[in-house]
Amino acid sequence: MSPDPSSCPPGTHPGWTRRRFLQGLASGAALAGLGLWPRRAWALKAPDQPVVLPGRDFDLRIGETPVNFTGRTRPAITVNGELPAPTLRWRQGDTVRVRVANALPPHSIHGHEASLHWHGIVLPANMDGVPGLSFDGIHRGEAFEYRFEVRQAGTYWYHSHSGLQEQAGLYGALVIDPLEPEPFAYHRDYVVLLSDWTDLDPSALFARLKKMPGYDNLHRRTVGDFMRDARRDGLGGTLAERRAWNAMRMTPTDLSDVDGHTYTYLLNGTPPGGNWTGLFRTGEKVRLRFINGSAMTYFDVRIPGLKMTVVAADGQYVHPVSVDEFRIAAAETFDVIVEPSGQDAYTLFAQDMGRTGFACGTLAVREGLRAPVPAPDPRPMLSLSDVGMAMSNDAHDMASMPGMDLGGQGMSHAAEDGTGMRMGPPGGHPLVDMRAMDPRPRLDDPGIGLRDNGRVVLSYGALRSLFDDPDGREPGREVELHLTGHMEKFAWSFDGVKSSDAAPLRFNYGERLRIVLVNDSMMAHPIHLHGMWSDLEDEHGAFHVRKHTIDMPPGTRRSYRVRADALGRWAWHCHLLFHMEAGMMRTVEVRE
Amino acid sequence: MSARHRLATGACVGAIAWMAAAGPLRAQGMDPSMPMPMPSPSATPKPAAGSSPPAAPKPAATSVPSAAPRSASVSASRAPVPAVSDADRVAAFPDVVAHAMHDDDVHSLVLFDRFEAWNGGRGAMAWEGAGWIGTDLDRLWIRSEGTRSGGRVEDGDVEVLYGHSVVTWWDLVAGVRHDAGRGPPQDYAAFGVMGLAPGKFEVEATAYAGTSGQWSARLQARRDVLLTNRWVLQPLVEANAFGRGDARRGIGAGLATVEAGLRIRYEVTRRFAPYLGIVRERAFGATAGFRRAEGQDAVATRVVAGFRFWF
Repeated sequence: MSPDPSSCPPGTHPGWTRRRFLQGLASGAALAGLGLWPRRAWALKAPDQPVVLPGRDFDLRIGETPVNFTGRTRPAITVNGELPAPTLRWRQGDTVRVRVANALPPHSIHGHEASLHWHGIVLPANMDGVPGLSFDGIHRGEAFEYRFEVRQAGTYWYHSHSGLQEQAGLYGALVIDPLEPEPFAYHRDYVVLLSDWTDLDPSALFARLKKMPGYDNLHRRTVGDFMRDARRDGLGGTLAERRAWNAMRMTPTDLSDVDGHTYTYLLNGTPPGGNWTGLFRTGEKVRLRFINGSAMTYFDVRIPGLKMTVVAADGQYVHPVSVDEFRIAAAETFDVIVEPSGQDAYTLFAQDMGRTGFACGTLAVREGLRAPVPAPDPRPMLSLSDVGMAMSNDAHDMASMPGMDLGGQGMSHAAEDGTGMRMGPPGGHPLVDMRAMDPRPRLDDPGIGLRDNGRVVLSYGALRSLFDDPDGREPGREVELHLTGHMEKFAWSFDGVKSSDAAPLRFNYGERLRIVLVNDSMMAHPIHLHGMWSDLEDEHGAFHVRKHTIDMPPGTRRSYRVRADALGRWAWHCHLLFHMEAGMMRTVEVRE
Repeated sequence: MSARHRLATGACVGAIAWMAAAGPLRAQGMDPSMPMPMPSPSATPKPAAGSSPPAAPKPAATSVPSAAPRSASVSASRAPVPAVSDADRVAAFPDVVAHAMHDDDVHSLVLFDRFEAWNGGRGAMAWEGAGWIGTDLDRLWIRSEGTRSGGRVEDGDVEVLYGHSVVTWWDLVAGVRHDAGRGPPQDYAAFGVMGLAPGKFEVEATAYAGTSGQWSARLQARRDVLLTNRWVLQPLVEANAFGRGDARRGIGAGLATVEAGLRIRYEVTRRFAPYLGIVRERAFGATAGFRRAEGQDAVATRVVAGFRFWF
């Protein structure tokens, strides 16, 4: 790795592009992972820095490790004893070999089989790590060798695709260094991996969701709220609005199925009290690689006092965009650059979408500092238009509810699109409790709880790839799928069909197709297609931004292009773990 | 790679240089040298791979207007789709054992909505509970309600039903009911619906055909009203009707009883809530006559106290 002045972007110091991450690692004190510096060198300074393993050959061991985030010791599932799993540092163009051994103890609550899936990585189907599609999983006492060429660069992550192991700690960061110089510069480089932890056995949590899906919905509207709203909006309007929600049998406070009442939110495996710290020197540019490795959580991230320049989304370069805050769906990644100066410490603040808790850490000039941690924002509440019900804000209009098609109440034609066909499952389907009547792309909407909050908030509309549509063809055909669910049963599906009942979707090798997703449910769903990129389109159907995970807030209809250039069987699913487990998944088969 | 190098890099300070267009970005996972195997349906010339340089950087936080109008369609990919080799085919479809999905697993719930004593009950208690085990669409239900006094069932029933979801909020149920307590035991075939009505009323409506030729019907509706997220008021109405009078059980033909209850519970946890309530039960017709004959009132008001719990 000798300095190569010719590879530097203009205005940068010769040689740093190749080695900037190492600089960051040096500052970030994560070198222990390289095995080059004594472990204590960083352990004394920052005991909670993730372990970084760079190179081409890796030996990973999946096992059970006791952890204590809440005062109770619980068995987590870990890689090499670490939670999060070690950060793997790859280089674009390398062929990596990752030997993964399953060392889970007998009768582990995490099962006997494990797997690692490389999220967002383009690779052969048999290396994708999905048991039942790519391979048979890694059974206790056995090992599997992943081997593939790394053809991309950027920030990604990896996690288990077996059972509910992702909830119990089996996730880690992937950082791939590019061959070409990056279109931005920085001095330090930190992974910021957000996740959610529960002391519950994840299968007990799933069973609880099946018994009582609203368990964590502890801020439902009360009689007192009704009186207040009636005084403010008038009795008639308030009654009409309540009637509309009651007719749907839903509650507008139901933002997430599992929230801070159950979870402890972690930043790089550190609970809020642990104060994970990334060091900087005033005037430096710091690259933060945010990864949402949580099972069920949307985070709203900001660093009070700092602008963040988003330079990559899901590992892919975007036109830099300067924001105060962004929402990160489960499985998404955002690379941002910040320039801390003027304060000794800044708080990395990631509150959950329902404002029931947060993960936090600190950027500081030395260890042991903290900046004030902001209070969580007021709890947001869904409006009828948030869930695609096309209501005006005037509650009086809700009484008539034009075009509203509640489950079991027949068809409405209000949402017919240009083809004259309302796609998706028929009305009254026993696993579909509602259908959005006026779904829109809403690419410029920062999302519930983030509108008009006085901060500049990232939206998909503001994210644009730094490159043109790499394929360029108009999609040859369109596949429309509706994201459906039944809240009372905690049943989730595409088009009302759960994955175990669904036939694989067939893509033809080489074709370019358009996926249209319509969220007919009240929850947001990050939808991830394995093996191929999801090229999100703008409202006009033109290429907008390349992603591996497309967030679908309630009431949205969004389209993306897929180039079926990866032969094989691939998973396509909601990345909220329990939604996937409850049926919101399909197999895609790309065949010649 | 030495530590010295790293430290040297650590001293490196560079201004941000947003790369304008340092060459076309490589499309992910595509090898431009590969031949294009896909037939080209039109004569549109294929642009060179990555021929259009990235647009100039935009620093603003606002939404970016779309770059390419939809009409600018091309029929051939800018980056050719790689040809498939035999090795690719082997890697694409490995032999795997189909994996069990967990989206149709069996789950269960047992909920005792009422488990209570009442004033003047002299140690008697009443219960009402329901449990299900099954999948999202098909469930085995057990429902039971009754009163118990002095160590024996005074008046109670248990139902075993198969329930199937037919439409969004409603399950059809069919099965058997067994009555115990007053009079000789009696068995019925049961058929009904249960579900969530608009307004979030939990409704159960069941018709019963007895082996003795008796028939009856039961309708129950309840709703939670949140005073706070822990103090919950639960109005409940239950009506019972019978086809024939049965003196041994103290029931007359037609509408026999209507019970209206109002219970307020405090959810200590989601799973466990003690409650206090008031229940007013009215007997009608011949049923009222039987009660008067036993020295009871046709209309009875009770204060109840109990627990609601589920697991």
